[in-house]
Parts: sequence; structure tokens; C-alpha cells
Amino acid sequence: MIKFLLMVNRQGQTRLSRYYQPVELTKRAALEADVVRFCLSRNKEQCSFVEYKDFRLIYRQYAALYIVVGVTDAENELSIYELVHNFVEVLDKYFSRVVSIMFNLDRVHIILDEIIQNGHIVETNKSRILAPLTALDKMADG
Amino acid sequence: MALKIVKGSIDRMFDKNLQDLVRGIRNHKDDEAKYISTCIDEIKQELKQDNIAVKANAVCKLTYLQMLGYDVSWAAFNIVEVMSSSKFTYKRIGYLAASQCFHESTDVIMLTTNQIRKDLSSPNQYDTGVALTGLSCFVTPDLARDLANDIMTLMSHTKPYIRKKAVLIMYKVFLKYPESLRPAFPRLKEKLEDPDPGVQSAAVNVICELARRNPKNYLSLAPLFFKLMTSSTNNWVLIKIIKLFGALTPLEPRLGKKLIEPLTNLIHSTSAMSLLYECVNTVIAVLISLSSGMPNHSASIQLCVQKLRILIEDSDQNLKYLGLLAMSKILKTHPKSVQSHKDLILQCLDDKDESIRLRALDLLYGMVSKKNLMEIVKKLMLHVDKAEGTTYRDELLTKIIDICSQSNYQYITNFEWYISILVELTRLEGTRHGHLIASQMLDVAIRVKAIRVFAVAQMATLLDNAHLLTGNMQRNGICEVLYAAAWICGEFSEHLENPMQTLEAMLRPKVATLPGHIQAVYVQNAAKLFATVLKSQEGNTDGTVTQDTSQLMIERLPVFVQSANLEVQERASCILQLVKYIQKLQQKDVEVAEEVSALFAGELNPVAPKAQKKVPVPEGLDLDTWINEPPSESESEDEQPKAIFTKEEPKHSRARHTEVDEKELARRREARKQEQANNPFYIKSSPSSQKVYQETPGVDHIPVIQIDLTVPLKVPGLPMSDQYVKLEEERRQKERAEKKKKDKKKRKEKRSGRGKKHDSGPESEEDITPAHMVDIVTEEMPENALPSDDDEKDPNDPHKALDIDLDNLEMSGHRPLADSEKIPVRSHRAAEAAKSPVEDRDADGIATQLPKKKHGKEKREEKKKKDKDRERKKSKDEKKKKKHKSEEKDGDLLGAEVDEPVVQSEEPSQASEPPTSNSAEVSDLDFWLSNAPVPSNIQEVPKVAAAEAASAAEVISGGAQDSEPDEPKDAEMEATKPSKHKKKKQKKEKEDKEKKKKKHHHYHHHSDGVGEESVQNGTVEEEEEPLPSMSNYCLLAENSYIKMVYDIQGNLQDGSQVVVSVIFENKCDSFLKSMEFNVLDSLNSKLQRPEGSGPHDSLAVPFQLPPGVSNEARYVFTVQSIVMPQKLKGTLTFIVKTEESSTHEKLDFKLHFTCTSYLITTPCYSDAFAKLLESADLKSSSVRLEGVNMPFHHLLARICFHHHFSVVERIDSCASMYSRSIQGHHVCLLVKTSGQTVSIDAKCDEPMLLGNVLDEIKQTFSQC
Repeated sequence: MIKFLLMVNRQGQTRLSRYYQPVELTKRAALEADVVRFCLSRNKEQCSFVEYKDFRLIYRQYAALYIVVGVTDAENELSIYELVHNFVEVLDKYFSRVVSIMFNLDRVHIILDEIIQNGHIVETNKSRILAPLTALDKMADG
Repeated sequence: MALKIVKGSIDRMFDKNLQDLVRGIRNHKDDEAKYISTCIDEIKQELKQDNIAVKANAVCKLTYLQMLGYDVSWAAFNIVEVMSSSKFTYKRIGYLAASQCFHESTDVIMLTTNQIRKDLSSPNQYDTGVALTGLSCFVTPDLARDLANDIMTLMSHTKPYIRKKAVLIMYKVFLKYPESLRPAFPRLKEKLEDPDPGVQSAAVNVICELARRNPKNYLSLAPLFFKLMTSSTNNWVLIKIIKLFGALTPLEPRLGKKLIEPLTNLIHSTSAMSLLYECVNTVIAVLISLSSGMPNHSASIQLCVQKLRILIEDSDQNLKYLGLLAMSKILKTHPKSVQSHKDLILQCLDDKDESIRLRALDLLYGMVSKKNLMEIVKKLMLHVDKAEGTTYRDELLTKIIDICSQSNYQYITNFEWYISILVELTRLEGTRHGHLIASQMLDVAIRVKAIRVFAVAQMATLLDNAHLLTGNMQRNGICEVLYAAAWICGEFSEHLENPMQTLEAMLRPKVATLPGHIQAVYVQNAAKLFATVLKSQEGNTDGTVTQDTSQLMIERLPVFVQSANLEVQERASCILQLVKYIQKLQQKDVEVAEEVSALFAGELNPVAPKAQKKVPVPEGLDLDTWINEPPSESESEDEQPKAIFTKEEPKHSRARHTEVDEKELARRREARKQEQANNPFYIKSSPSSQKVYQETPGVDHIPVIQIDLTVPLKVPGLPMSDQYVKLEEERRQKERAEKKKKDKKKRKEKRSGRGKKHDSGPESEEDITPAHMVDIVTEEMPENALPSDDDEKDPNDPHKALDIDLDNLEMSGHRPLADSEKIPVRSHRAAEAAKSPVEDRDADGIATQLPKKKHGKEKREEKKKKDKDRERKKSKDEKKKKKHKSEEKDGDLLGAEVDEPVVQSEEPSQASEPPTSNSAEVSDLDFWLSNAPVPSNIQEVPKVAAAEAASAAEVISGGAQDSEPDEPKDAEMEATKPSKHKKKKQKKEKEDKEKKKKKHHHYHHHSDGVGEESVQNGTVEEEEEPLPSMSNYCLLAENSYIKMVYDIQGNLQDGSQVVVSVIFENKCDSFLKSMEFNVLDSLNSKLQRPEGSGPHDSLAVPFQLPPGVSNEARYVFTVQSIVMPQKLKGTLTFIVKTEESSTHEKLDFKLHFTCTSYLITTPCYSDAFAKLLESADLKSSSVRLEGVNMPFHHLLARICFHHHFSVVERIDSCASMYSRSIQGHHVCLLVKTSGQTVSIDAKCDEPMLLGNVLDEIKQTFSQC
């Protein structure tokens, strides 16, 4: 199962974090810093899977943005790797500009919650992922 | 008011929204903390406003700040407020914030129960969705218990969107509230075949996660999953299912055999790498679980290895990494298949990615054999040289040692080679693993006797060149090696060629700069060497050598006597005095050699690391008893004085460094580093400084070293391990040649008897004989050592609680859910529970249609028949026991259900599981599995026969029981299951309706999935009129500000407690704060107050009430006697806060504890009920109600609902009912109606209680 998902920029600042297993606030910062350092220190020639403590990290880089997912041993790395891409494609479909992702984190959360729930993949169909968000936008307009 | 709203919205325009906040933080990079603290102040202001939009905006910003690591727990209540907004846009912000910030110990969570329940049942699917998503993040055991039933209902929602979310969150509910697993499981299983793929996937996810922890309980689902696997096209789902099978196969090898084929098909056909990888992984797992002896599986392994090779050769680093990972799994069971790809793995050592290199190293560890060890290690040594100055090099070093030392040096044929490898490794600068090399040296030298001569020579050289190792000794962990070298040279000094020279090397002044524990070893072993020298000179009349030696000792030892290290100091001064004494004797020409060497005589054998643990405790010895009276506590605080000496005692590590030693060393190194870091005078060396010593001339004792940049630095005089590789090669060739000759001879001797024992092809492991015979001394173990290797499971694993037998759950009649196992349903929810009939139909669509309407019993019998038919098919020797055969077709074998023997026990909670009852289910799986080509089919026959016998017995007993009381019981049992059966039963009921049957089934515990026609606690059949909605909440008190309603529920777990749920509703336009609830305790009933508060203290209501909001709080009361109703006086004080002022208000109330509130709805079977009535200890009483103008079923429903009874049996206008008090009193009612008169005859073991309950019932009906 998925333990957490982080979006980090190249400076190591957390842009979005979602935990599917409770982690204390104080420990989160340390964990994030550690995880990010781990991933950022790797170059493009290195594979995207890292063993970290008792779980695994799977990360993907999109321009200046890193998406890091922490999963337990039982998860299939490649499927998570694809999931990250799927997530990014949905973001791409919904947000016109990358910057707007940063300003609409609550919406990113909605998207993410449609894809992953309590650490499991619930939905991968793009239009179905976006359905609640579209409904919400209509609600706001109307 | 309108003005206020306008004002609010104008205010809002100037508020920062999330975007502004994000932008602001970006623009304040220099003083981010300050900026954020002002933002937080603003947010606090915003939260104080009444406008929910402002609040939501503030909470939204807080969520962002929380993500940045700021604690926002202070706003928890505001988050709840926003959550309870009716507008979805705000609600979702609230839930998002809650899901990010709340955790189990957040106390406001308990306030959310009602709100979440409301949202879960909201007509808007997004409300429900957001509540489910949020809940999945912060569900607590309490929430799980309270909401389990609501979520279970949602699992059958019409919208797949809700279904899938509800299914997924059930996993969290199971974890927090394991009792819910059994009741919920049948429905969860149903969802595996949901028409919507998303729901299906969710169910697969949950069951996979559950099954991974407790696979044995899910084995019976294998056929279903198998069907899914062969039919599903969703790769995400396939991966999960395949993973699940990986967990199941170890328990059922036949399953594995069945799986191999579809899995290999998938491997061949799929283009998705993730799926391919998963399949390969599972095939490997399957093959591991299958015992060997299936020759056709080598093809599968070959296929896997081939595919993995393709992955590893791929340019994509990810695939390469995973390929190696999977390869290492194959390696464990099929090393031969992997070994042929050694070339590829060695290539990976050159990879740019360190994690790939490490994986390759792991693989190499398992790939070595006697044949290739030297070659592999040679390659690794090359990499060691290349990887200068990285942590990877340290990793390489440990791997080399691991590889060589694995399974007791199994693969080492030439220990001289190994020693020289170790010596070569000592040249690594800056490695942390000096002690590892040292312990290997010690281990080999001690345990391989034949190698000692060589080892001692090498160590002597090392000591001689110690300065090379200790160039920068403070930071250089490698000097640990000297510890080993000194000890080996001392202990086995008889093998030394030139003990004098070594002694001299060990007493060099530079030694004093070594770490203390090493110096101590030096000093001690110098004494041993001294003894050896004396001994070697024995009989030599010329005493100059011995006297020179003594002189050397006396000259050099004082340096150590001055050492700051106690250990060194003590040893040195002892030995110094000893030597001085010896010198005196020598001067008198006394022969002392014998006596001196007696000091160090004898040999210590190596002891296995676990030896101490395995010493058995002698009989009659209790280690826990005190020998003397325990000393007073103050004494035990004394320092343990011996620690100082034992720490560095070299004798202790004779065998090898113990773990403690290593830890201790590490700790001290750490401490030293710390100290150095804090010491401003300590000159820290730059990384390059290590090399300096090579170039600085003029320092004493440095022999000329060849510095050749292309060739690794050589320690002069040391043999290179490479030479051994060559030598070994030659030796082996020679051996082979000799062998051939021998073989030829043998072949000549007996021509026919060849082939089996010796492959003449590539040389096998056994062919390689060690270069010299080594006697590997095994480590000593105590006599009669205990064969123990304790690996205990983590007792804190939450999944332990979920190890619940689920197999029999869906079988009707078998081990029904006991009362205690049911998910609690809150009775006041009855009115809300009604749902659209569409949903019901939807759920029904899944259940198989029954061809005919059937009486409960008939149906059972038919099922038995079906079951029997199947059995017959299977075993093909059915004896005819049935008189009439049904024309019903034999259903689908996988889906058909197995009937279970009727449980004979009286109480549902006591229903025991006869061991044979399981066999039907087991044989079901067996049957499915036996379709696979299994040679062991014969073994199953007894099982099947057993099942057969069981079902036969069942038929007989079923026939015997063909009496009336059986009937409702039957129905009762079905009704207690929220499973397919229930739905079937509903269907049956509908059919019954048409036929106007006489008999009825009554009890519905769960209101879910029942559709319009049913209500809590009473099923409506003939009557079309719907029941009026009922609520158990009655008014407690009310004034212009606030309204309080309450309900009292008994606590099943504790016979002396009742829970009073009070809903506070704010009726005014002002904010209600600081509410305090107090009750004047009576002798009999007391409000439970937190520890430490007095008996008259009031309890703070844990929330505030904004205008129009209501919320619920619960209070626990302890009661002693429950036979009488009670009234308690109480007061609620609160502050009404308006814009300009705040006033204190108070409201008095009377809490009425009726006797009814001590009753708990408890189902009862009719035969148990009958027995109860027969028993003499029940007192009877009766009451008549006149002028009751309502349908009989309404009447019953009212009694059930308001007075916590359950219907046992109902025949026409007569019904028996049962309830139990929290203290275990039985209350039985017989309700009869004729016209408008209702008579209730009642029995109870407590007449007072009964009288009061009857009065209360009477009152209920007089009110309407």
C-alpha cells in the first residue's frame, strides 16, 4: 500500500504532501527532508526506485517538480511508477499552467483523493477522476 | 442581518485566499517565518468571524500551512465547523483539512460522528464521497464502531462512485474495529463481482490487503479470484490478484500448480512491464512453495529467468533494477538457473547507478561457488580499487567478506588466498570496516589451524608496516586490523619466523598513538612474544639474546605505563615488573623460559555466538527467585565497577569481536568524533591528508615504497591475491588432468557402471578439492544445547486482530453472527435508514434467482440436495437417502453455496462449530483444485467422504427436526446475516406476500439494504401502510436559547453503566459557549466524571454551538439497581455570546432513567425462549391496553423500538418478545391483540423491573 505521496521542487521544498498512514507532524518534516535529499541526490541515470528504511520510494521528475511516493514492500514498483505518470497527466489535463498547480493545492488534493484512497489506487480513468472537480467548478460558477 | 452579510463579503474581498498566501510566502523568502506568523494571526481573526465562507478560506490556508509543517491543531474545532457546513464547497475544505490534520488522538473527532453520519447519508454523492475520503484518513476505533454500519450500507449504494469508496474505507474500519470484519465480509465478497470495475478493483484491493496478513482465512476465495484473474483486463486489478495468489500459494501447493499455466500465459502475452514483473514474481513465489520434483517447472523458471534477463539488459534503469531484484528471489531456490547469467550480473557492477550495483552485489553473494569464488572476488577487488572514497566501496568490502565467509567459509578452497585478500583490503583508506576485517582475520586464524603459519607471517608483516595503516589513525578505522594482527602474532607466536623483529615492531613508540584497546592487546601480546623468545633461546648457553630482549622490554614498556588508558597502564606495569624480575633471574643464569611461557599456556577454543543463550537451565533451578533478600534500591544505583576492565579485555574477544564490542567501539568512535568536532584546537584533516604520509620523507621507519599510480599500492613483502588465482587455476588444471587419468583407469576397470555419479562435462562442485587440507574448527556449543531459534511475530501488528475465520460466514445456519459480533446500530437512525427500492433491486440482482418461491425449510432441504448432488458428482458413490428428488438443476459449482448442519445450541452466541462442518467448504475448494493435474488426488478421498458423511447426517437430523419450532429459528438465523441470504430471504418474503402465507419472519437487526418495506426491528409483510417514523430521543429541557433531547442506552459490556446521549441544539442567533453539564447524583445513579474531579463538579460540553447548529455529547452514568426508574436533577449552564455582550444562562432539567433504558435488544431463539418460560424462576405479570388503534405490526415495532425488545415469534395476532437487562434479567412478553384490546402477559426474574417496564409500555401506548 501507499504510505505517502510528496510533490517537491528542486530546492527540496514540499509543494504537496499526503500521508496515508499517520505520521506525527514533527516527524513529517524530518522524513520529508530525508526523503527529498535521497531522491534529489540521484541523477537521471539512476533508477527511480530507492530502498529507504523499511519501505521503498518511487520517484519521478517532471521539469523542476519531483513526485515521490513511499510504498510498502508489497507494492508493485512499476505500477506505482505508472500511477505517478497518470496523476501528472490528469493534472496536466486540468491545469493549464504548471504554476496554477501550486496555487490550487486544494484542487490537486481533490484529484489525488480520487486516485488514491487510504493508500490504495481507486481510480485511473482520467475523466472519472476529474468528474467531482468538474462538478465542483460548475457549482462554483452557478 | 442583511447588512452583516454584505459587510462580511466586503471584508472577504480583502482577505487573503490560498493563492495569495502561497504567493506571499514566495515573496517573503527572507523572512518566511515572520510572514507566516502574521498570516496565522490573520487566520485566527478570520476564524472568529461568523461568516462560514471566511472560516472556510481560513481553514483552507491552514491546511497549506500544516503541510509546511506548522502545527494547526488549535484550529481543530474550526475545522469541524467548516466540515459541517451545508455547502459542498466549504464542506470539502473542512474535510480536506481534517484529513490532513486530524489523527487518532485529536479530541474533537468525537464531535464529528453525527456530522459524518449525516454526510454519509447525504443525497449528494459528492458529500458522501468527501466524507468517506476524509474518514479514511482520520478514522478512530470509536468512529469505526459507530459508523461501520453506515459504511456497510453504502457498500450497496446505487452509485458505483460511492460503492467503491465505501468498500475501500472498510479496510480502515476493519483495522480499527476488527469485530466488524465478520459481519461485513459477505458483502465485501459480493463486491468482488460488482458490475462496476472500479468497485471490483476496490474490493480486490481490500481483500488482498487483508489476505496478505492472514492468508489462510481467504483460501476459499481462490476460485473466485481465479475467475477474476482469467477474465479481468484491468492490469491494476490483475497485479493485485496475482499478488494475492502469491500470498495464498504457500498454504495450498495445489493452487500453485493450477496457477502456473495462466501465469506463464500472461508472461508470454502481456506487454505491460508491471504485469510481467508481477507475474514473474508470483511464479517464483509459487515455485518456491512447490516442493521440487515437478520436472516441467524448470521450463517456467527458464522462462522467468529469460524474461528477467531481458529486463536487466534493458536500457531503462528501472527495469534493470527490478530485474535484478526478482533475479535474487529465484536465486534462493534455483541458483543454477541464475548462475549461468553471471556475466550479465558482473556487467551490472559497472553500472552508473549505485543501487543497481548494490543489487548486483546481492546477487553475486548467492551466485558464488567453490569454482568461481576467486574469480568473482577478483572482479570485486578491481571494483574496490575503482570505487575509491565512496560509501559504495565500503559496501563492496563488506560484501566481499560476506561472500567469502558465508556458510562457514563453504566456498573457500584456499585460505592463503583469503588471508591475502583480507590483507589487501587493509590498504583501503578511510574505511569504516576495519573491525570487520579484523574479526575475519581472527576467526580464520583461530578456526583454520592449517593456515596459522601463513597467517602469522602475514600479520607479522602487517605489524611491521603498521605505520602504513595508521597514517591517519584517529579517523582511520582500519587500524582495528592491528588489533587482530597483534593478537594473532602473540597467540600463535610459535609460528613466527623472527619473533624478535615482531616484538620490536610491537614496542615501537608510535604504537602509543594507537587507540587504547589496541595498545592493550599490543602490550599483552608483547609479553607472549617475550615468552616465546625466551623459550626459543632455551638451552642456548649464550644469554645475550634473551637479555637483549628483556632489555628491550624494560626500555620500551614505560611508555605504556604512562598511558592514559587504564587497561594499557595496568597491563604494562604488571608486565614491566615481571620482566624486571625475569631479568634479575636471567642475570643469575636461572632458567625461566618454562615458567614464563606457562603464563600463556593452553588454548582457548572459539565459542559459538549463541552458545551462552543455549545453555539449558538445570532442573530445579529457578532463576527468578532471589537467593538473598533483594537489596535496597539505593545500593543498586552503584556503578558497576567491573565494566571498566571488561570493556577492553582482549582475552574476551579471543574468538571474535562480539557484537557488544563493535557497538561499543562505534559508540566511542562517535563520541570521539563529537569531541573532536567540538574541540577548536583539534586540527581536522582534509580528505587528501591521508595520502600525505606517503610523500613526506624523513619520518623514521618508512621503507621505500614503490609508488606506481597505475598499480594499486603494495605493502612490501605481501603476496598479492591475484597470484593465488593463477596458482589455483594451475592447480585445478593439474588436478583435472590427474582426475582424468584416474577416471580413465576407473572406466577401464568397470566399463558399464559409469555416468551417474560423475558428470564428465563441466567440473562440479565436489571436484574441486581444497588446496591444503584445512580443519575448520567448529565453534563450541554447550552440551545439550537447546535447539531454539526464536522469531516471534510482532505482537503489535494490528492485523493480528483480523485473523478471523471467515469461511463459514456466508453459509446459512452455520455459526450465525453472535449478538456481540454484530455491528452496533444506533436505534434512533431507524427513520433515516430507509432507502430507495432501486438500490435494493440492484443488490438483489447479484443474488442468484431462486426458481420457485420456497418455504424456508424447503429451501434448506433443497440446498442440501444440491449439495449432495455435488458430492455425488465428486465421489461417484452416492447412496440414495433422499425420497423425493427435486427437478432443480445443479447450479454452478463455484458459486453454489453449501449448506451447513443446523446448529443445535440454544443461544446464538453459544453456537459452537462442529469440526466436520468445515469439511464441506474445504471439499469445495478441494474440488476446484482437483481439476488441476494433481497426482495426490487420492488423498482427498477421505476428506470428501467425511464431508459426505457429514451431509448425510445432516439430512437425517434435519428430517427428525421437522417440527414447528424449527421454522422460525431457521428464519431467525438467516435474518441475523446481512449477507446474500438475507436478500434471498427478502425475495422470499416478497413471494410470501403474494401467497399470503401464515408464517412470518420478524427479526431484522440491520436496517440496511432492506428497502422501503422494512423498518428496524420488525418486518412488514402483508400491511402496506408504512410505519410512522419514530425517535427514541425525548425532550430533556428547552428554553429560548437551547433545546436538549436525550436518549439512554444500556452498555452491554458493563452491567452497571448506561450511556446518555444528549443532543444540544442552538435555537437562537447567538453563539453558545462554555456549556457545562451537571447532574445531582443520587445514591443509585452517578454521573461518571473524569478522575480527579469532585462528585459535584460539572462536565464541560466538549463543543461550542454556532447558531442553528446541533451536536451530540454522551455521558456515562453508573447505576447500581436497575429495577426502579430514576429521575436525576441537573443543570446546564452556558454563555450566550452576541456581538456586543455575553450573558450567563442556565437551564434545569430532569433526566428520567426509565427501566426500559436498562434493557438491551437481544435476539432470542424460540426454543431457547420456550425453555426460559418453562423454568420456574420467572415471575409473571400482565397488563391490558385498551383502545389501541394501530396495526399489530406497528404495535410490535413500537415495543421493539421504544422498549428494546425483539420479536421471537409471531403467529397471527399473537407474538412473543424478548429482551434482556444490562444486568442479565430476562424479560419475556406474550402480546395478544383482539380488536382494540391488547393484552400483554409478561415474565421476568425480577418482578419490580417487570412491573415498571409494563407501566412504561402502557404509558407509551396511552400517549398515542
